[in-house]
Amino acid sequence: MTEPMYMPKAALENLIALLRGDGYKVLGPVSRDAGVAFEEVRAVSDLAAGVRDSQEAGRYRLEPGVPGEIFGVVNGAGSLKPFFFAPDENLIEVRREGKSFKSSEVIPPPRRLAFVGVRACDLAAVAVQDRIFLHDRFRDTHYETRRKDVFMVAVNCTRSAPTCFCASMKTGPEATAGFDLSLTEMDECFVAKSGSSAGEAMLERLGLRTASAGEAEQARTLTDRCAAGMRRQLDTSDLPRLLYEQADSPRWKEVASRCLSCTNCTMVCPTCFCHAVVDQQEIDGNMSRRVRQWDSCFSLEHAHIHGINFRPRIEDRYRQWLTHKLASWIDQFGTSGCVGCGRCITWCPVGIDLTQEVAAIRASAIK
Amino acid sequence: MKPRVAVFKFASCDGCQLQFLNAEDELLRLAGQVDLVYFPEARSRSLPGPYDIAFVEGSITTPDDARRIIRVREESRYLVTIGACATAGGIQALRNWADVEQYRRVVYPSPEFISTLSTSTPISEHVRVDFEVWGCPIDKGQLLAVTRSLLSGAKPVLPAYSVCMECKRRGNVCVVVARGEPCLGPVTRTGCGALCPALNRGCYGCFGPANDENMESFVKLLAQQGVTGDDAVRRLRGINGYVRLWRETADAIAAQKK
Ligand code: SF4
Ligand code: SF4
Ligand code: SF4
Ligand code: SF4
Repeated sequence: MTEPMYMPKAALENLIALLRGDGYKVLGPVSRDAGVAFEEVRAVSDLAAGVRDSQEAGRYRLEPGVPGEIFGVVNGAGSLKPFFFAPDENLIEVRREGKSFKSSEVIPPPRRLAFVGVRACDLAAVAVQDRIFLHDRFRDTHYETRRKDVFMVAVNCTRSAPTCFCASMKTGPEATAGFDLSLTEMDECFVAKSGSSAGEAMLERLGLRTASAGEAEQARTLTDRCAAGMRRQLDTSDLPRLLYEQADSPRWKEVASRCLSCTNCTMVCPTCFCHAVVDQQEIDGNMSRRVRQWDSCFSLEHAHIHGINFRPRIEDRYRQWLTHKLASWIDQFGTSGCVGCGRCITWCPVGIDLTQEVAAIRASAIK
Repeated sequence: MKPRVAVFKFASCDGCQLQFLNAEDELLRLAGQVDLVYFPEARSRSLPGPYDIAFVEGSITTPDDARRIIRVREESRYLVTIGACATAGGIQALRNWADVEQYRRVVYPSPEFISTLSTSTPISEHVRVDFEVWGCPIDKGQLLAVTRSLLSGAKPVLPAYSVCMECKRRGNVCVVVARGEPCLGPVTRTGCGALCPALNRGCYGCFGPANDENMESFVKLLAQQGVTGDDAVRRLRGINGYVRLWRETADAIAAQKK
């Protein structure tokens, strides 16, 4: 990482233009249908600037923000997940050939993606998914192809949503890894840092000057204050053991009385990776596609194996989700499955909040 | 010999069988696979049974139809219902809560010619059904997938999870969370591709109940959104209102009000 650089707001336009010139499709938070999503940006004016999000459990609204503020929206329902782990993708095609058949893998076409405005929690989530899909010998070709040629411009959070709890999960609000450039937005400028040699080269092409000690200090204060002011918390101390020991906690039944088993929490979670593999045949029976689709541990079919469903009740499934996310994920992948982005809280139609559920389980365990 | 396929109509609007015709390209390829021996909507040649696959559209609303469906069952190896009417009784099942006799007298100039039952009921209340395809109308892709499975001698499988899963795969912004709009998506079976939420409207429940749902919590969510009493009853008694879980839920809300 280099020293902090002073970046005038106007230079963001150059950054987007340079990335586009390098053949990247640039994506950033864009307002769409009462939310924001990572979509193509050709210029700064495409970004959801001057708007802020108001979030709470089960509720999301966009509101007028601060004029001149470019990255005012903390996050939307969509993370980077769909760009690397596609919601619905063809894996192989099988064709009938006489009495035999031939199958061919469908590899996604190469593309260069640059993301502008990625939050620290989402970078941490990409790192979690990398461990899942690109681990040792087990490399997912589809994920790998999509993930390969990516330029990440992080934006450090100076304001958190009330649903955020990255400080508890030690993933934010300041990006520390996984980016090429990171920006901290201030009233009149950004403070920019590079996190890779590609980022370093980009800073040079932008022709920025070194930030003054005061500017760098101010940027740091803003992210520190954001961390200190974070309202939601998740006490992670001894969490795996707590959840394993509380497999029979009455709280699972209680939360299941509210849970719709609708799958929204897992769909928006940037680390959830459950999927189903289905065969889609052409009507003449001469060709079949093997398709991978996002699935969820909340769906009944997901636990239906060989004629038996081993998680028939919603309480079984909520327990599976939370225990995997916060406990067995660590045994399996050496990291928590939760980065504290708060999406599952905001986008749950009935506002179920995992931080509250964990607190309730902890409280009842002590008694 | 190619499998003999029939498409029957009972009380319905024809929208579901039209999905065969909407299949266009696939229809020609399908026609190469099967012998469409009975499909009055599409061709004038109608041959008698037996049939390998009978697709049945529409609900049972007349004494005649109640007899006819038994014959169809007897003549068919596989009987597949297509659409909300055949599978759940359809929107015309609203009559199940109404005074049909009074309608008959008020609506028709010569009520003596109208022979009707007081209820609209799904095919499965009358005969054994091998597979049900939900939707109002059904989805073309699902119809073709079920047909292909039967032709391959495989058990058809259609997903029965909530519309929400498809809605999120598609990247829609949730209308419940971001707009406070009521949406039946969390309790409705997938199949439409989350069409309405993609157009910023709540789901109407065209594909009937998902395979697992928590109606108690869902009714509370509706109430939080200000949807209570008659309004809540109407939403649940729409297209698939006669299906047990939704019927019981709506009946309970209606009873509470009284
Ligand atoms: S969880 Fe942290 S890093 Fe993520 S958006 Fe919220 S404040 Fe930013
Ligand atoms: S579990 Fe919830 S808060 Fe944690 S990463 Fe997933 S969506 Fe974000
Ligand atoms: S916790 Fe919320 S979002 Fe997740 S399945 Fe239950 S109701 Fe749906
Ligand atoms: S809009 Fe409706 S279907 Fe889509 S996620 Fe929200 S509740 Fe589910």
